[in-house]
Amino acid sequence: MLRLFFAGLAILCACLTANAQETGLQPILQEHQEIIAKSSRKTIKPAIDAIAASGLPQAQVMLETWAAKDMWMRKSDGLFFAGKKIEGRSYELTDFDTSEVVGTFEKSDLKQLKPNSGVRAMIGTALVQFQLTDPNRAKRLEALKSIQRDPDGALLVPVRASIDNEPDAYLKAQKQRLERLLTIGYDEDIAARVAAIEEMSDDLGVDVRAALNPLVVTTRKAATELPSDVNVALVLEPGSDTLPRAEAYDLLVANDLAGSRMSPGDIRTALAANIDGGRVAGTPVAQLNTDAGRTEAYNALAEAGSVPALVTEADIDAALGAHVFFETYTEPSAEVTAAAEKALEEIELKVGLNQMLDLMLDAISLGSIYFLAAIGLAITFGVMGVINMAHGEFIMMGAYTGYVVQQFVPDHTLSIIVAIPMAFVVTFAMGVAMERLVIRWLYARPLETLLATFGISIALQQLAKNIFGTQARPLTAPGWLDGAWVLNDVVSISYIRIAIFVLALTFLGLFLYIIKRSRLGLEMRAVTQNPRMAGSMGINPGRVNMLTFGLGSGIAGIAGVAIGLFAKVTSDLGSDYIVQSFMTVVVGGVGNIWGALAGAGMIGFLQKGIEWMNPSNTLAAQTYMIAFIIIFIQFRPRGIIALKGRAAGD
Amino acid sequence: MERSFVAKNPSVLVFLAILSLFTIAVTLLSEGFGIGVISTSFVKTLGKTLCLCLIAVAMDLVWGFTGILSLGHFAFFGLGGYMIGMWLMYERTRLIVVESLSQAEIPPTSTEVVDAIGTQIFGVVGSSEFPLVWVFSDSLVLQLALVVLVPGLLALIFGWLAFRSRVAGVYLSILTQAMTLALALYLFQNDSGLRGNNGLSGLQNLPGITASQDVVSIWFLWASAFALGMGYMLAAWIVSGKFGSVIRGIRDNEARVRFLGYSVEVYKLAVFTVTACIAAIAGALYYPQAGIINPEEMAPIASIYLAVWVAIGGRGRLYGAVIGAAFVSLLSTWFTGGQAPDISLGFYTIKWVDWWQVLLGVSFVLVTLFAPQGIGGLFDLWTNRRPPNRHGANLGPDDGSLREKEATE
Amino acid sequence: MSTLLEVSGVSVTFDGFRAINNLSFRIGEAELRAVIGPNGAGKTTFMDIITGKTRPGEGRVIWGEKSVSLLHMSEAKIAQEGIGRKFQKPTVFEDQSVQENLLMALKNNRRWLGVLCYRPTAGDLQNVEDLAAEIGLQRELSRKSGELSHGQKQWLEIGMLLAQEPRLLLVDEPAAGMTPQEREHTTDLLVQAAKTRAVVVVEHDMEFVRRLNCKVTVLHEGSVLAEGSLDHVTSNQDVIDVYLGR
Repeated sequence: MLRLFFAGLAILCACLTANAQETGLQPILQEHQEIIAKSSRKTIKPAIDAIAASGLPQAQVMLETWAAKDMWMRKSDGLFFAGKKIEGRSYELTDFDTSEVVGTFEKSDLKQLKPNSGVRAMIGTALVQFQLTDPNRAKRLEALKSIQRDPDGALLVPVRASIDNEPDAYLKAQKQRLERLLTIGYDEDIAARVAAIEEMSDDLGVDVRAALNPLVVTTRKAATELPSDVNVALVLEPGSDTLPRAEAYDLLVANDLAGSRMSPGDIRTALAANIDGGRVAGTPVAQLNTDAGRTEAYNALAEAGSVPALVTEADIDAALGAHVFFETYTEPSAEVTAAAEKALEEIELKVGLNQMLDLMLDAISLGSIYFLAAIGLAITFGVMGVINMAHGEFIMMGAYTGYVVQQFVPDHTLSIIVAIPMAFVVTFAMGVAMERLVIRWLYARPLETLLATFGISIALQQLAKNIFGTQARPLTAPGWLDGAWVLNDVVSISYIRIAIFVLALTFLGLFLYIIKRSRLGLEMRAVTQNPRMAGSMGINPGRVNMLTFGLGSGIAGIAGVAIGLFAKVTSDLGSDYIVQSFMTVVVGGVGNIWGALAGAGMIGFLQKGIEWMNPSNTLAAQTYMIAFIIIFIQFRPRGIIALKGRAAGD
Repeated sequence: MERSFVAKNPSVLVFLAILSLFTIAVTLLSEGFGIGVISTSFVKTLGKTLCLCLIAVAMDLVWGFTGILSLGHFAFFGLGGYMIGMWLMYERTRLIVVESLSQAEIPPTSTEVVDAIGTQIFGVVGSSEFPLVWVFSDSLVLQLALVVLVPGLLALIFGWLAFRSRVAGVYLSILTQAMTLALALYLFQNDSGLRGNNGLSGLQNLPGITASQDVVSIWFLWASAFALGMGYMLAAWIVSGKFGSVIRGIRDNEARVRFLGYSVEVYKLAVFTVTACIAAIAGALYYPQAGIINPEEMAPIASIYLAVWVAIGGRGRLYGAVIGAAFVSLLSTWFTGGQAPDISLGFYTIKWVDWWQVLLGVSFVLVTLFAPQGIGGLFDLWTNRRPPNRHGANLGPDDGSLREKEATE
Repeated sequence: MSTLLEVSGVSVTFDGFRAINNLSFRIGEAELRAVIGPNGAGKTTFMDIITGKTRPGEGRVIWGEKSVSLLHMSEAKIAQEGIGRKFQKPTVFEDQSVQENLLMALKNNRRWLGVLCYRPTAGDLQNVEDLAAEIGLQRELSRKSGELSHGQKQWLEIGMLLAQEPRLLLVDEPAAGMTPQEREHTTDLLVQAAKTRAVVVVEHDMEFVRRLNCKVTVLHEGSVLAEGSLDHVTSNQDVIDVYLGR
C-alpha cells in the first residue's frame, strides 16, 4: 500500500516539479502555509514531503534555514524568508528562490518559525537526500555516517536513490552496503528483505549483526491460548530449565493473569500491621520467630479476612496449567525472522572462527611478551643455574631508561632507537656489577643466590621509587606504532604488539646466533657443561659467567623498553612479570632457548584460552593457569623440552 | 626421656625462660594490667611479632633443617588468619544483627538473621548470599579446627604433588611462590567468597567480650607467647632426635638418605605439612591482633620476607629464626613507622621511610655474602663452637645443601 | 647356593646412547663378587638400576627367594628390602656426629612417625658401639663426621651400610684414595661382610680385586664380557683387548 503511495507521490512530485520550475519554492510553501506556520509533528509531513520532492536546489538551503530556526514569515502576506538579525529588533529577509535581499523588517512584523525537535528530526531526514547527493564529498560522507549511526526506515528511499549517481567508488560501496542493511530492517517487500539478509549472511561487520539482531528479539508472553496473529518463536513449558515454575508464575503475575504471591517480607509486614495486644490472630508475637509459625498466624488472619489469602502450590499449578507460555518475535514476518536466525547462525559460526584467530593472535603477542621477559632469565637461570630474582627489576630499569631518554630526545621514533641500546648498556652494566659483586661468590648455592638477588630486587625497587616517585611514568610509542592492523570487525592486532612479536623473533635469532656461532656462545656452552674442563682449556669461566649474566640482564633491559611501551612504567613493573617469567622458564625446560620459547607460547595460549572460557575475570584466569602449571610440572618435572639422561643431573 | 631431651637442648630452657620473662615484663608495663608504660598498640605489635617468630620457627624447620626453601608459608599463615577471621566476623555481625532485629515488632526467624548477617558481611562485594566456604563459620570449634585443617590439607596436596614428582631446589621454591600467587589472586576475586580485596575486618573485636582492647591485647600477647613456646618446644623436639638427623640428612644429601631406606618424600611432606599447620596457627593468632586481613598479606613477597628473617637470624638453629623475625620485623616497624630520625647529609636528607627498604635489601645481600650463619652465628663466637674441619669435598651434591664454604665461615 | 638377585636382559638408553645393553647378572646369598670394567662400561648405571635410581627400558630385576621384581619400587623401598649401596665419593652426613650417622643407618623402623618418636635403646647404642669398633671409629663416636679423614669417612660409610644389615651390599670403589694399610683394613671388612651376605664390589684397582680373591665379572659397553676367577678373566683374549691390553 505504501508503495502505491510512493508511486503516487512520485507522480505528484513530477507535477509539482514542473510546477515549481516555473514558480520556485515559495508557492509550495504557500500551499502548505498553514501547517508550516503551525509546525506540528503530526501534520507537517505533507509539507516536508512536498518541499523535499520539489527537487529544487534551494530546498536544501530552505530546510537547513528552517531547522536552524532562521526562517521567518512576513505577517503582512504570509510569505516565508530567511531572516538575519541586523541590529536591535530588525531583521534582513532574503528570498529562498532568488537569494535576493527583500528588505529589512521590524520583528513585530514577522513571525519566527520554531520547529520543535520532532519536526526538526523530520526536516533532518528530508535533508539527508540532499546531503547524500551533495557535490561536496565530505558532506556526503558525513550524511552516510550519520545514517550508519542511527539507521531509520525513512532513509531507505533516499539512500537507494542516491546510489546510481554516486561518483566516488568508496562512497558508492558504502551506500550500497547501507542500502542492503536498511532493506533488511525496513523494506516493505518481504522477499527483498529475505534476499538482503541472505546476501549479507557472510559478512562479519558489526553493523550487519546490529541490523539482524533486532529482528530476532523475542518477548516472553503468557496467554490462555496461543494467539494466531503473532510470530511465535518458541512455546515454553513451565517447570523446564528455560522457564522455571517461579519465573512462569511471575510472568502471569506481571500480566495480571494471576494473583501475586506473598514474599516473606510481605507476610512479616502484614503480621506487624495486625498485632493486637501482643498477639497476632491469637498467636503470641514471641512465637513468630519461625517461618511455620508465621504462616500459621497469617493463615489465621486470612481466614478472618483481614489479609488476602496466601497463594498455595495448588493455586500455582492451576494457574500454570490454564495458560500457555511462549516467546514471540517483535518482527511480524516469519520468513524474515527465519532468514535472520539462519543468517545470524552462519555469522556466529564465522565470528567464532575469527574470534579464535583473534585469540590466537592475542596469545602469540602475550607469548612474545613473556618470551621477551623470560629470555634473559632463561640465559641466567638455564645456562648458569643462577636464579635472578632481580630480573624483574632489570626490566623495570630498562623501561625507566626509555623514559629518561625520552626526556632528552623529544622525537619518539629517535628516542626509542636511542633507548634500546641505552637500556641494554645500563642493564648490562648493572648485571655485570651484580655478578662480580654478589653472584660470583654464591655459585653452587642456588638458594642463597635466590635470596641475595631478592635483596637486590627490593633495594632497586625502592630506589626507583625514591628517584622517580610512585606515580606511573609514560613511555610514549612513536606515532607510527599507534593504531592497529584490522583484518575485519573481529580480528585486529595493535602495531605495538606486532612490533613486540618482531622484537621477540629478532632476539630469538640473535640469541641462537650468539650461542651457536659466536666465540662467546661456544665458551658459554663449554662452561655450562664442564667449568673445570673449560677452565683448563684456557677459557676464563669467570669472564664467561660475567658476560653471560650481563647479556641476560641487557636483554631484560630491552624487554623493559618494549613492555614500557604498552604498560605504565612504575617501580613494580618488574614484579608483575617476574613470576610469569619464572613459570615460562620452568615450564619450558631449563637450559634451552627453545624451551623458553615453548614455555612462553604455552603460557600465552593457556592464559588467553582460560580468559576466553571465563571472560569476566582475568584474576581467575591467572589462578587457574598457575594451578594448571603446578599440575603440569607433575608430568614433566623438567619442563617441555628437558635435557635427558646423565646431563640433566639429579 | 623428657629429662634427656631438655638436657640435650639447654637452649630450649633458656628460650622459654626469656620468653616468660618478656611476657611478664610486658604485662607489668602494659596499660591493661600494669603501669601503662607500653601503649596498647605497641603491645599488639609485640604480640604480632611473637606470631611472626612462630612462623619463622616453622620456616626454619622447613628450610634451615630440611632444606626446602618454601616461598609459600605465608599463604598458610594467611589462610589460618582467614579461618579464624570468618568466625570472628560472623559471630560479631550476628550479635549486632540480633541486637538490631530484636528492636523490631516481630521476632526474627533464623533465616532472617542469617540473611541479615549475609547482607552485612557481603554487601561490600555486592552480594548477600553466604558462599559455601562459610558453612562452618557459625561454630568456633569447627572453625578452629579448620585453622589447622585447611592449610594442612593444602600443604599436604601441594606437597604430595611437588615431592612425588621430585621437584626440588629452586624449582620447588618457584613452585611454592606460584602457589602463593595463585592463592592470593584467587582470594582477590569477589566471588571467591572471602570478600575479595576488602578482606575480613574488625577482627580485633572479640564477640561477646566487653573487655577493652588494653586487656584483650594482653590476652593475645599471652596466647601468642604460649603458642611460640609450644611451637619452639615442638620444633626442638622434632629436630633433636633421629627425625632431626634424617631431615638434616635430607638437606645435606637427599639421595644418600633415600639409599638408607628412608622415604624422603614422606619426610619432606610431613615437615612441610606440620610447618604449614604451625604457620596457620601463628596466622590465626596474628590477624585478630592486626584487626584486618586481606589477600595482599599473602602476596609472594611476604613469604620471601619470611625467608629473609630466617636467613638474617641464622638458619638451622631455632633461636636464630626467632631472633631474626623479631629483630627485622621490629626494626622494620621502627623505620617505616617514621620513628627513626632522618639523617641530613647537607645536600640530601635521608628519610628512613623511603630508604629502609634499600637498607634492608643491601644488608640482606651482605648477610648472605659474609655471614651465612646470620645473627645466630654470633652465639657461636660466644660459645666458641666451631664448624667441622673439612677436607675438600663438598657436603653434598644437591642444590640448596650446606656447602663447604658456608660451613667453614 | 640359592640366587639372591637376578638381573636379566636389562637395557638402558640415555638420549640414544645405550649405557646398558642386554645385561644379565646373578649373585647368590653369601657371595663376594667384584665387577670390573673400563670407564663408561656401565658399572655405575648397573648399580643405579639395582637400587632403583634408574629405570631400565627393558629387562627384569628379580630379588630374593620370593622373586619380587625391583623395577617398580622406590629407592627407599629397595633399600628397606635389604640392598645397601656405598657411593664412590664418601657420602656421610658431615654435619652430624659419627654416632648420629650410624644410628640413622641402624636397621629400625623407617616410617616417619616411628622415627619421630624413636629414642635409642641401650641395645641400639651397644650395636653402634660394636660397629664403631669394627670400623675402627670407636673413639670418634661423638665427633662430627665432617672432621674425619677421607679413609675414616669411607669406613664410616661401610659401617653405615653394615648397620643397615643388608642382604646385598653394593660397594663402589671403596679403596679409592686410601693408604695401603687402610686398603688392607677395607679388604678385611668386605671379606668379613661377605660371609653373611652378598657383596658386589666395583673396583678399578686390580691389586685390590686380587686380594678380595673372589669371582669377577667384567663389564664392557653395557654388557657382561666375561665372568670367572680373576686369573680366568685376565687370560681371556676379549678382556685383554678391551681393557687390560690398552
